[in-house]
Amino acid sequence: MPVNAIEMIDITKIFPGVVANDRVRFEVLDGEIHALLGENGAGKSTLMSILFGLYESDSGTIKIRGKEVRIRSPNDATNLKIGMVHQHFKLVHNFTVTENIILGLEPRKGSGNVDLAGAEKRVAELSARYGLAVDPRDKIENITVGMQQRVEILKILYRDADILIFDEPTAVLTPQEIDELLEILRRLRSEGKTIVLITHKLREIKEVADRCTVLRRGKYIGTVQVANATESELAEMMVGRTVSFRIDKKPCQPGELVLKIDNLTVIGSKGVPSVRGLSLDVRAGEVVGVAGVDGNGQSELIAAIAGLLPVKSGTIYLKDKNVTSSKIRDRIQAGIGLVPEDRHKHGLVLDFRLDENLILKSFRKSPYSNRWGFLDFDATARHAEDLIAQFDIRAGSGPATPAKSMSGGNQQKAVIAREIDLSPDLLVVAQPTRGLDVGAIEYIHRRIIEERDKGRAVLLVSFELDEILNLCDRIAAVSKGSVVGVLTAEEADERKIGAMMAGVGAQRAGEQNNEEGGAHVR
Amino acid sequence: MSARSSVSLQDRILDKFTSSDALVSVVVVILGFLVGTILVAVVGRDPGGMYSAITQVLTGWDLRRGVWNARYIGEWLVVSMPLILCGLSMAFAARTGLFNIGAEGQYIVGLTAAQFVALYGPPIPVLHWVLAVLAALLAGAVWGGIVGILKAKYSVSEVVATIMLNYVAFFSSRFLTMLIPGANTYRTPNFPTTALLDSPFLQGLTNGSRLNDGLWLTLLSVLFFWVVIGRTRLGFSLRATGLNKEAARYAGINVNSGITTAMAISGAFAALAGAIVALGAFTYGRVLGGQDGYGFNGIAVALVGNSTAWGTALSGLLFGMLTSAQPLMQSRQIPKEITSIIMGLVVVFISLRGGVRMLLEWRMKELARKGRVSE
Repeated sequence: MPVNAIEMIDITKIFPGVVANDRVRFEVLDGEIHALLGENGAGKSTLMSILFGLYESDSGTIKIRGKEVRIRSPNDATNLKIGMVHQHFKLVHNFTVTENIILGLEPRKGSGNVDLAGAEKRVAELSARYGLAVDPRDKIENITVGMQQRVEILKILYRDADILIFDEPTAVLTPQEIDELLEILRRLRSEGKTIVLITHKLREIKEVADRCTVLRRGKYIGTVQVANATESELAEMMVGRTVSFRIDKKPCQPGELVLKIDNLTVIGSKGVPSVRGLSLDVRAGEVVGVAGVDGNGQSELIAAIAGLLPVKSGTIYLKDKNVTSSKIRDRIQAGIGLVPEDRHKHGLVLDFRLDENLILKSFRKSPYSNRWGFLDFDATARHAEDLIAQFDIRAGSGPATPAKSMSGGNQQKAVIAREIDLSPDLLVVAQPTRGLDVGAIEYIHRRIIEERDKGRAVLLVSFELDEILNLCDRIAAVSKGSVVGVLTAEEADERKIGAMMAGVGAQRAGEQNNEEGGAHVR
Repeated sequence: MSARSSVSLQDRILDKFTSSDALVSVVVVILGFLVGTILVAVVGRDPGGMYSAITQVLTGWDLRRGVWNARYIGEWLVVSMPLILCGLSMAFAARTGLFNIGAEGQYIVGLTAAQFVALYGPPIPVLHWVLAVLAALLAGAVWGGIVGILKAKYSVSEVVATIMLNYVAFFSSRFLTMLIPGANTYRTPNFPTTALLDSPFLQGLTNGSRLNDGLWLTLLSVLFFWVVIGRTRLGFSLRATGLNKEAARYAGINVNSGITTAMAISGAFAALAGAIVALGAFTYGRVLGGQDGYGFNGIAVALVGNSTAWGTALSGLLFGMLTSAQPLMQSRQIPKEITSIIMGLVVVFISLRGGVRMLLEWRMKELARKGRVSE
């Protein structure tokens, strides 16, 4: 009978006002890949943080290989041979791979100097053994995100971990890199490692996991054999009701040209161009998606369209108007609506009431303020009540609800309501569903399509390829700040776009797809 | 059952306590007095003396002798006026997310400008002091506005800029005032009476105190703060900037001009305090020998007043009361330092607000656990 590598029994963790884990059970067999599935806020990360010693549970017991343990810090976890690959890598950028791996655990030579050569040899061995193909002497800043992730894996393998926790490891990867990672996971399993995969992506689970434990709202829902469960069954367990991920939409009817970006270059925060010679058109009545891995100039592109970052060269036209150097406020008035990536930082004033947030861009206008400069509170509250009804925003105290007391989904609805209510010609939507539950995602997707059908031009930037494929009529794949190629919804599929995101042009992506098509039949 | 309801009552109190900033301030002030009272008792004096001194300041009644003299009330208000205005200065900047610790310098600039106009302006009744006050407002707005521009254009920390400008203001004021013909090292010749804020009406009401027309200016300032911050477009954009600068920028609010405007208005509040002290409490121009300290006390006033208009007014009155109670306490054998201790305690307790929130969070956690167990 196989031994339980991990046994977490009745784990409860309470944060102020929230029960993050409520008597959760979690059992992982030795040598399996075990997926931990749940929506954002279901308590997956909390549970794994408890296992890795980042938090201590309020009650419950943890057994590692049958032995009861207390894990009070990541050091305890490391001693128990538990390692974690975090979503955000913890690497020193101007160090080499090996230097990063041995950091804090430097092997010494007799002379007292760090035995770098010996360490490099061991890293190379480990890399070869698990098929990671990492060069121990590369500097972190020169390697791709996918490679950096492998360095993180090596880091924990170097520390002899045999239980490996991956926290949403595919969020930062291109589809090709995802395939490679899944291959690495299988390899690790065949070498006898036990793997916990935290994720909300069902396809990955179906592809690689042996068993799957589902959490919902901090509670344990169940554990299933992945082979015996379909994706929709897993989805139902995760959400608590049947969900359809497909969205019904009419064929798009593109109208006049609304946004025309021509050869745009924008300097990013590091002083180097983040957007390089990018050109893109969006017409009325269509949703154009910008697909790409995080950090390929998407944020800077949005900022340049909204006027938040200066443009180095190139032009941005809104309809017939050159807005390349217009002020932010003028662009809003000209008809650009923006749902920013980070609703807390950029979309809302959390300490304001809901109704104040809903007039954040229009408070200067009648009826919210009169010509003497005085605000009209009644008009503001009435406006909020309208939008609350129209967009189904759930707010405990109506217009007076403090924005910070609302749930993420409702905060996002509020932002979207505000932007749509401005009746912009162009709606720029960035990462509209990040961190939201399935219900809110469905609603927001439907709303975006509705706006399209009303004849607005929508530019959607998302790191979730599913979302792009689901909503967009045309898809522009970006890599290193330029558009690699534009595909229509009909010709686009994950593989083609993935190849383009990795920097391969549209034509070559097609060829590659044909060549590899056979190899990837599952 | 009774235990349970008492728990919920306790929680309701805790919740109220932490959700309402105004209530926190009230509780904190009471706590400050409580500790102050204990201290007085510990050093072997009668705490009753402290409260009778305070009563005398607030009502004019001398409980020991049973005599009523409204002059005490007037003096209390005189001391409170510059405290309230410097508090408003601090508070206005704070609402825009700025830490203006330059109220002292802005106060000095206003005081100096008012003194110059008082000495050299046209000695026409009313017009003379109006001009002097306007000059002070302008000087303070410029002095604060400079900091705003430095911050907006060159990202110079307003904390550093204001504290440096405090010294520039202080020594420039001394230097310039001493240049006035007839000035010695501590004073100038007398102002013409047309420059003074003296109000025979208010003096009559308060039995010849120094209370002056600055009272109306202070009241107007509180109203101005309340209206501008809470009910105008300008106030809305400043508050948005103060609470989330980035979101304000995304919404098309010009953050930089907001910062400059806020600092200018903030400087004008403090400068008005300077003008009121110069023209209301003195009859001649002063060559400042040291900083009056109203600007720095304004920080504490705004803190206790939660940077709201009326809160700051009340807290200015409180600090004014403690200050003007000092000599009365001394005459009752209470060490006058106790008032400074109470002021300090109030500020310390206000800073502990975060601690109270933590306590609340801990309570909620306990409740969540209990609720789960009883399920």
